[in-house]
Amino acid sequence: MIPAGRIPPPLLEARGIRKAFPGVQALAGAGITVRPGRLNALLGENGAGKSTLMNILAGVLSPDAGTIAIDGRPVAFRSPREAQAAGVSIIFQELNLVDGLSVAENIFLGRQPQTAWGLVDRRRMLHDARELLATLDLDIDPATPVERLKVGTRQMVEIAKALSFNSRLLILDEPTSALTEHEVETLFAVIRRLKSRGVGMIYITHRLDELPAIADDVTIFRDGSLVHEAVFAAENRTEYVRRMVGRDLADLYPRSPSSPGRPLLELDGLSVTRPGSGQPLVTDVSLTVHAGEVVGLFGLMGAGRTELLEAVYGLHPQATTGRIRVGEAAAAIRSPHDALAAGIVLAPEDRKAEGLVLGMSVAENISMASLERITRHGLVSRRLEKAKAAEAVSRLTIKTPSTSQAVGTLSGGNQQKVVLAKGLACHPRVLLLDEPTRGIDIGAKREIYAVIDELARGGMAILVASSELPEIIGISDRIVVLAEGRVTAVFSRGEATEQAILHAAIPPQRGAVA
Amino acid sequence: MPPTPPTSEASQTATSVRAGLLPLVVQFRSVLALAVLVLLLSLTTDSFWSEKNLQNVLRQISVNLCLSVGMTLVVLTGGIDLSVGSTLALAGAVAAGLAKSGLRIEPWNTLVEFTPAGAMLAGMATGLLVGLVNGTAVTVFRLPPFVATLGMLSIARGLTMLWTGGNPIHDLGPAFSFLGNGRLDAVPFLGWVPMLIVVAGALAAVVAVVTGHTRFGRGLYAVGGNERAAAVSGLPVAAIKRGAYLWCGALAGLAGVLLASRLNAATPDAGVGYELDAIAAVVIGGASLGGGRGTIGGTVLGCLLIGVLNIGLVLLDVSPYWQQVIKGLVILAAVAIDRATAGRPTSPGSSS
Repeated sequence: MIPAGRIPPPLLEARGIRKAFPGVQALAGAGITVRPGRLNALLGENGAGKSTLMNILAGVLSPDAGTIAIDGRPVAFRSPREAQAAGVSIIFQELNLVDGLSVAENIFLGRQPQTAWGLVDRRRMLHDARELLATLDLDIDPATPVERLKVGTRQMVEIAKALSFNSRLLILDEPTSALTEHEVETLFAVIRRLKSRGVGMIYITHRLDELPAIADDVTIFRDGSLVHEAVFAAENRTEYVRRMVGRDLADLYPRSPSSPGRPLLELDGLSVTRPGSGQPLVTDVSLTVHAGEVVGLFGLMGAGRTELLEAVYGLHPQATTGRIRVGEAAAAIRSPHDALAAGIVLAPEDRKAEGLVLGMSVAENISMASLERITRHGLVSRRLEKAKAAEAVSRLTIKTPSTSQAVGTLSGGNQQKVVLAKGLACHPRVLLLDEPTRGIDIGAKREIYAVIDELARGGMAILVASSELPEIIGISDRIVVLAEGRVTAVFSRGEATEQAILHAAIPPQRGAVA
Repeated sequence: MPPTPPTSEASQTATSVRAGLLPLVVQFRSVLALAVLVLLLSLTTDSFWSEKNLQNVLRQISVNLCLSVGMTLVVLTGGIDLSVGSTLALAGAVAAGLAKSGLRIEPWNTLVEFTPAGAMLAGMATGLLVGLVNGTAVTVFRLPPFVATLGMLSIARGLTMLWTGGNPIHDLGPAFSFLGNGRLDAVPFLGWVPMLIVVAGALAAVVAVVTGHTRFGRGLYAVGGNERAAAVSGLPVAAIKRGAYLWCGALAGLAGVLLASRLNAATPDAGVGYELDAIAAVVIGGASLGGGRGTIGGTVLGCLLIGVLNIGLVLLDVSPYWQQVIKGLVILAAVAIDRATAGRPTSPGSSS
């Protein structure tokens, strides 16, 4: 253990790191210092550059400029393997385990102990894995296939794997985002054990609440730059938030007072089940969105937000029951095509997987859902397409060299605006937005909020699903809270507080009262 | 809303100034390779520019052009059609058989006679039918395109054998063989141009317009680029895919009819391995087998390159064994250059 008050020399020191991707300067002078046996909490908004720096430290990406030193000696990793050899390991948000293989196989993947015959020495591998897991006080059978483990347990396996490389520096990228409370406790116990062994850690999180239990130092990024580093102190929480955001929060949400008009979207008893198993995902949801109104849909992971929006948009025709009215008429929506015809547009949660064709141009992506509007004599008019795209680019301030630029080269925020532009090109009456600002920088966020506000003022009915509380409180006229697929509360703009919303979003403990 | 950002003109010019020569070479590598090849053949052989040779090149290219243009549509959706060689044989045999001896319908003991044109249309319809089966297998039964068309490769070949009894069908008459052997005699200066290439070229032009300028064409790129995003955008994904296989089948049918016309005969083993030349042309033309990338223009160039290479190696008296090795190397080189230049990941990676 490190004696209190004495700060040991840095294990890793990164300074002045710069990194550009096409269309975005991800890092512009970022850095971090990690000391042995201490956990450095890395804070910053989405798009602040945290994950980019971690990828650089782990040898996945190489920096354009800046220095990285380990034990005071400069290093330049060209691959994750080199970083591992130097004792740096990273646990990614998306876990990198091979589902079909056992825990032991995963830990020793590519370097399984061998017998004299050159075959894998299964017995020794299991033995070594068991010993390794025991040092972390973990009760996991190393012969279990990874696919049978829960997310939290898989994370522990990842950590064990990292330690098997004799890692001295461990990077944890939002490790608790998918864990239950109990799993978080196990993780924290492991973290404390690692500290006592002198392992230094970088810990990325959005949950400031969990830091007092584990953090020693704090580092804050904003817009790709290092803005603050200090010894962590729980009482400075508000200061940390201010430094992360860098602006007044009220400024971020330009929501003008609204006067909702007639109902445009009415859901009556909408239910969605999981195809195949029939397990309920959304149960008996009724809600109304009026013209000129922004309704926020909040829920924790698995609450059914995305499924509800997708059902309204006709993506689950077999699994959806209930009635949908758009304007005055009942709408039979069996496909996205029907939804578009009824005036409903969805900007999906995962823009890369569902929103865009990354290899196609900005103009082609924007026109994709409304080609019939620019078709003349059976042929798609490139001239009209370009003109409409140029209009959208200026209206939504999409930063792109030209409308013929491949959309995959744009930054996340600009990609999100292209998704929005594609939807708006259909001239919808109802706009469904699923996590409209996930993973984009704060400037682009604010521009998107401004667009949402403008569209609402123009009379559109907007239903926004989000897991970010400040966002949903900031932009919604009304907030509908989902828990386990059911509506558990509705708040109007004035009465919504973070505590009240969260309370409504946490599902009641099953079987607590028997 | 904030004012329009200073647009893009400036930065666009900057890019093109910076571009320089190398990207141009890369972009037009097929054209360059073709030019170099033609130049080389002009200098080393006497016969390359002879009328007879040019006719030969163009006739040989025509059949592969039909196949590879159709293949391009399927490849754009991220699929593949391995059955085009067999489809070509089946369509050719059907057309030849109907032209020669008509269709005997036993129960009524009647014989339906076909005009040469009618027989040719029936051949194309056969190809269309094969395409429909392929498209249905891929969209309705959700078979991987590789597997669905591999099955069809065998089925269509077997049907050809059944239809012909394993024997070639000869002597289809002057009307039937006109398309394959006729020339543009009536046109001044172009009298030497074979009809075959005119038909194939016209079709390639039509398909180029379809892919580049129609909603269906846009759909092909969108489905191949990101099928899920295409579906969420409300595009009829299944119909688009089916359309690609329909076109591919119909064009393979046409190729079969053209080949039978040119040879004045249909043989049951026609077109064995032609699917590989078609795929090679598509890939050399810059299309990605992953879907979403490629053009008809590129495929036409790829076709020309393979055609000229084939003839050129013969003119240069290269042994047939080496010809195959060289063709394979050209394909590998084309795709390797493609990967090294355009194949870089376009997204800025995981955002932080």
